[in-house]
Amino acid sequence: MIAVGARSATGRRRETKRSPKPIQVQFRTIVSPHQLNSKWGRRIYWLVLVAVIVTFTLAFVFPLYWMITGAMKTPEEIAQMPPTLVPADPTLGAFFEAWDLFDIGTLLANTAYYALGAWLFSMAVDVTAAYALSKLRPMFGNVILGAMLATLMIPPMVILIPLYVTIVDLGLLNNAWGLWFPAAANGFNIFLLKRFFDSIPRELIEAAQIDGAGPLRVLWSVVLPVSRPILGVVSIFTIVTAFKDFVLPLLVMTDSDKMTISVGLSQTAGAVTQNQVMGGLVIAGIPMIIVFFIFQRHIMAGLTAGSIKG
Amino acid sequence: MGILRRNLTAYGFLCAALFCFTVFAWYPMVREFILSFQKTDLINPPTWVGLDNFKAAVQDPAFGEAWLNTVEFTLLALLCGYAVPFVVALVLNELRHARAYLRFVVYLPVMLPPIVAVLLFRWFYDPGPGLFNQVLDFLHLPPLAWLDSSSTALISLVLVSTWMNMGSATLIYLAALQNIAPELYEAAELDGAGIFKRIRHVTIPQTRLILLLMLMLQIVATMQVFIEPYMLTGGGPENATVSVAYLMYQFAFSQMNYGQAGALGMLLMLALLVFAAIQLRTTREDRA
Repeated sequence: MIAVGARSATGRRRETKRSPKPIQVQFRTIVSPHQLNSKWGRRIYWLVLVAVIVTFTLAFVFPLYWMITGAMKTPEEIAQMPPTLVPADPTLGAFFEAWDLFDIGTLLANTAYYALGAWLFSMAVDVTAAYALSKLRPMFGNVILGAMLATLMIPPMVILIPLYVTIVDLGLLNNAWGLWFPAAANGFNIFLLKRFFDSIPRELIEAAQIDGAGPLRVLWSVVLPVSRPILGVVSIFTIVTAFKDFVLPLLVMTDSDKMTISVGLSQTAGAVTQNQVMGGLVIAGIPMIIVFFIFQRHIMAGLTAGSIKG
Repeated sequence: MGILRRNLTAYGFLCAALFCFTVFAWYPMVREFILSFQKTDLINPPTWVGLDNFKAAVQDPAFGEAWLNTVEFTLLALLCGYAVPFVVALVLNELRHARAYLRFVVYLPVMLPPIVAVLLFRWFYDPGPGLFNQVLDFLHLPPLAWLDSSSTALISLVLVSTWMNMGSATLIYLAALQNIAPELYEAAELDGAGIFKRIRHVTIPQTRLILLLMLMLQIVATMQVFIEPYMLTGGGPENATVSVAYLMYQFAFSQMNYGQAGALGMLLMLALLVFAAIQLRTTREDRA
């Protein structure tokens, strides 16, 4: 690494007085360490840093703060002009009212059920498919993989109407399978899994085969245990996507007791007071924020694994 | 015999996926084509109508406006959602402090269900006690009508869309920036290149592949904009925010005319395939 903060002897006395700490540089970027640690470089750096932190907090955290405190205000206070920054008399009433009015318990349970089912089913389908394409290498395997990847080129909104018509034809309206089957037809999951399976050394699998393991046994005892990282990434993304999905559940789950939380909120948001809407939004937002807190590193890793192909 | 058995096992493992893809991905693509030449409301048996659906879709009063709005939305969203995250990523990459916090915070809205972001902003846009007009008032600026005026409605949609989506683009750019070899910057510096020249001659060429990919991906994604007009404006005021995808939804679920919706979907698919083809070509060029 590049040494920074080396200082001439003359400057040392001043340093003990004010001790301007050199800015640590782990790796070289556009601005060179010397520029960064010059007098003006340091000033500009701290100015930019503070500006970025303030802007980001205002832009991305403050709206969430406004949502949470909005839910804690009374209907009168939330409509008041100018608005109060801190609720005058914070109450959790709106959360309970929203819970009852929207029937959020049912909506959340539905959403969790669809998301977990979509996860289990698409993992089972996509892992076996990727394993077959990567390790068993059937005839026309590349054609099938190509056709699966080609579906990534088709924008989801474009295919929405015929997909809906197909679901209606099969009688899967208001049926969880109407969401699970389409979720499993995910070319991107198969692509990620296959690419990872391709990197598993042949010797590992051949050793298991010599011990008399069949293909299913090899998948279960050799391939899956070494594939934990990619399975984690694909799992999180499948669950998050299913939880956030809006348009397909909007069309498929039309019974009010079968709706997802997103669809349920969209249907009732106009009919209740603003603080109750905010209460509902906070409750709908919390599960994914918790998932993000727990799996932050995996999500960030998956994001880049998914974007940089080839 | 070995080959046959291996193929049978392989297809055994593949059959679930083949079923899902055939019925819920490949067949709908074919179905779209068939649908666009049929008149159907899903109750009465469908009839073949030739190109009537395409004619009806094109002649719809909102057709032209929907395409204009979609293109305008896409261009504005690219300005906010494509250029801004790159600049943000450039700045973040220079910062040595609070990196984890900033990365976490910028990705936070991406984790929220879109409906939460959209309904939250609907409240911010409220012309009376809405946060945005209150801030304008605090700054002694005149209030805006946001969603209620045809001059600001579309940009209001772009703002929400950018807020909830820019996190992923920023982190993808950031990852690409961290892959640039430090030696390149050092060499450029020795050659006397200033900061902006280093960006132009090192950073941008080194991230060209990801920049091109993201451009195409974002065009395709934003051209499908639906939830924002559906939840925030209902296409109004005066069709100022009708997008192609929203018009397609209306054909199908307000007019119960699935064939016409299918025809519009075909047109949208043709428009987007151009970008998909460009994307394919650029990735291939970059690999070669």
